[in-house]
Amino acid sequence: MRERAHACSGNQEEEEPSMSQMDSNKYEELRKLIEAHKDWPGALMPVLQGAQEIFGCVPEDVQKIIAEGLGVTLSEVYGVATFYAQFSLQPKGEYVISVCLGTACYVKGSQSVLDKLSEVLQIPVGSTTADGKFTLQATRCLGACGLAPVMTINSDVYGRLTPDQVPGIIAKYREAQAE
Amino acid sequence: MEKMINLTIDGISVEVPQGTSVLEAARTAGVHIPTLCYLKDINAIGACRMCVVDTGARAPQAACVLPAAEGMNVKTNTPAIRKYRKTLLELVLSNHDKKCLSCIRSTNCELQQMCRELGVEDGDAFKGVANEYKVDDVSPSIVRDNNKCILCRRCVAVCSKVQAVGVIGPVMRGFKTAIESPWGLKLNDMACINCGQCINVCPVGALHEKDDTQKVWDALSDPTKHVVVQPAPAVRAALGEEFGLPMGTSCTGKMATALKRLGFDKVFDTDFGADLTIMEEANELVERLTSGGTLPMITSCSPGWIKFCETYYPDFIPNLSSCKSPHEMLGAMAKSYYARKAGIDPKDIVVVSVMPCTAKKFEAGRPELGHDGLADVDIVITTRELARMIKEAGINFNLLPDGDFDSLMGESTGAGVIFGATGGVMEAALRTAYETITGSTLENVNFEAVRGVEGIKEATVKVGDQDVSVAVCSSTGCAAKLLDSVRAGEKKYTFIEVMACPGGCVNGGGQPIVNADVRAVCDVRTERAKALYGEDAQKPLRKSHDNTEIKQLYADFLEKPGSHVAHTLLHTSYAARPLYKD
Repeated sequence: MRERAHACSGNQEEEEPSMSQMDSNKYEELRKLIEAHKDWPGALMPVLQGAQEIFGCVPEDVQKIIAEGLGVTLSEVYGVATFYAQFSLQPKGEYVISVCLGTACYVKGSQSVLDKLSEVLQIPVGSTTADGKFTLQATRCLGACGLAPVMTINSDVYGRLTPDQVPGIIAKYREAQAE
Repeated sequence: MEKMINLTIDGISVEVPQGTSVLEAARTAGVHIPTLCYLKDINAIGACRMCVVDTGARAPQAACVLPAAEGMNVKTNTPAIRKYRKTLLELVLSNHDKKCLSCIRSTNCELQQMCRELGVEDGDAFKGVANEYKVDDVSPSIVRDNNKCILCRRCVAVCSKVQAVGVIGPVMRGFKTAIESPWGLKLNDMACINCGQCINVCPVGALHEKDDTQKVWDALSDPTKHVVVQPAPAVRAALGEEFGLPMGTSCTGKMATALKRLGFDKVFDTDFGADLTIMEEANELVERLTSGGTLPMITSCSPGWIKFCETYYPDFIPNLSSCKSPHEMLGAMAKSYYARKAGIDPKDIVVVSVMPCTAKKFEAGRPELGHDGLADVDIVITTRELARMIKEAGINFNLLPDGDFDSLMGESTGAGVIFGATGGVMEAALRTAYETITGSTLENVNFEAVRGVEGIKEATVKVGDQDVSVAVCSSTGCAAKLLDSVRAGEKKYTFIEVMACPGGCVNGGGQPIVNADVRAVCDVRTERAKALYGEDAQKPLRKSHDNTEIKQLYADFLEKPGSHVAHTLLHTSYAARPLYKD
């Protein structure tokens, strides 16, 4: 299970984490990234992608640094960050659970898997648990229709799922964390 | 020589320069293609798809972004194209707040007009989920109602491309797309400069000024209040448009009569305030020149520009003239000089400014612009709001006889009138500064080099034995370019005029709305400026310091330009503003 970079504390409040809470190396990395792309046409996209890699999300202060560094408006940065599903404004959990709601998975019952996950984790779809461990999201077709219904947890793929398998799978990740 | 392209549009052969869009080519053929998101020189992005045409290609193509090509055979009016456009409109309407009866843009709405012209019969052809947004009315200047927004992005283009501000943009995606500030912040929480150019380009009622007419009605009906009004120079150049008069009709006399009939106790003229500004500003320029003050000096009449400078170019704050803007000066004089002369307690005086500008609403609320706890100006309404009041009062504007402004602060010179056009303040200041510096009479008062609608104009003016290098720019985007070159040391000027709106106040964010179809064929800035330069040419007095009421004001009250009392009442200071609110 791949470790995810954590820029942001597990705090689910809207409140932005302060510089002091953050690893200043990450900001240094962001500055280098901006510096490297500054004069490119269309630099915003690769810089946002890089920032998401570094911080795990693109919160307000990161977007402001990008806007200033690239000489574009915050409106433009925010517009691109909210347009693409790949960017997240809030910190994501350590484990990102993506349940496929593509046509094949959907007809094979992925909605009930998603509902079960929501029930077990006690969070609505599209949010993160209070302890910052799990983010639950629905996705479009993952391209693994032969395994429908499918979900991924970070880079692990689970196929031919039924709702009753859900508690066991989640428990595995909870234990992994406890170790 | 530019290469010419030959094509056929609806069977009509046209020849256009290479690079011309099919939309513009059609115009030369006398063919009208409907548009919603297109705005000449500002927005051509093919987003609304209303301008689709049949070129024989697989699918209809958006004419606004389709370059005319040799031999092209374009059809703009086929049954399929008409159906396509109609369906598009029905889809727009399915997510549009259709309270047309009470909409501020009713009868002047591009969407409404198009629905009528294209024969959209059923406003509810597609029923389904609609987005619901909270109206953002926190700004003192601008109200945003996303329930009426059709996502054309004209406001976004003018805010970012023309004004270099960019505080709104499209956020989210698909059905959830909205034009908003980041993180759902209110416009007032952003570094919006309140210029209102977004309002002027909005095709529908999604953007409008904060309406303050009720405050004026309330003051007028309060017997304890003495209500003084003053219209800005640019208002007279455009007010007539609200009553069907041709663009560029000067209606100074009718406007003065209308203001009296509305019940104002005194009708003064901001043109007088403009002459007063020149007295102080020319004096300040001469002082800076002779005593080694900060140069270039930059004008301070435009509140959108001032906020832009404070926010985006705070290092230029020492360059800003300390002069208050003309209507603030007149307001300050109304509550001191006039109050004393008329024997009225300044507390009972309500000063109403009629401005071509939405940023003036913000400016009037600046705490430093007042004296003894009283604001210089109490209420600001725009040209559009004045027109609404005149209509509501049942005044038949077009039949009004010409009236005059009230004496004491109603006289003006040609120098005051041209404040409303880009270059006007510069020209007015030069007329007075020339005579102050040289002590001789300026024979030709026309400084043609600073006239015209170009975003940045430069000139070197001979004042006595000195060469004075000046620049004039309009739109904050052009101001940014100019200041960048000054900052980099590439350009050196003595005096710079900046107006926040393209073309100056005649094209201010509070002026009558001119729809895209009209903007495509005429230059609003030029037409309205003609009215002002025409008035200037006909004025017996054309230099601010020749204004007899100004002379009287200095003799009776202010002593001389830059005096202690003038500094207390007519000058102000500025402070840097954060880009983002904490």
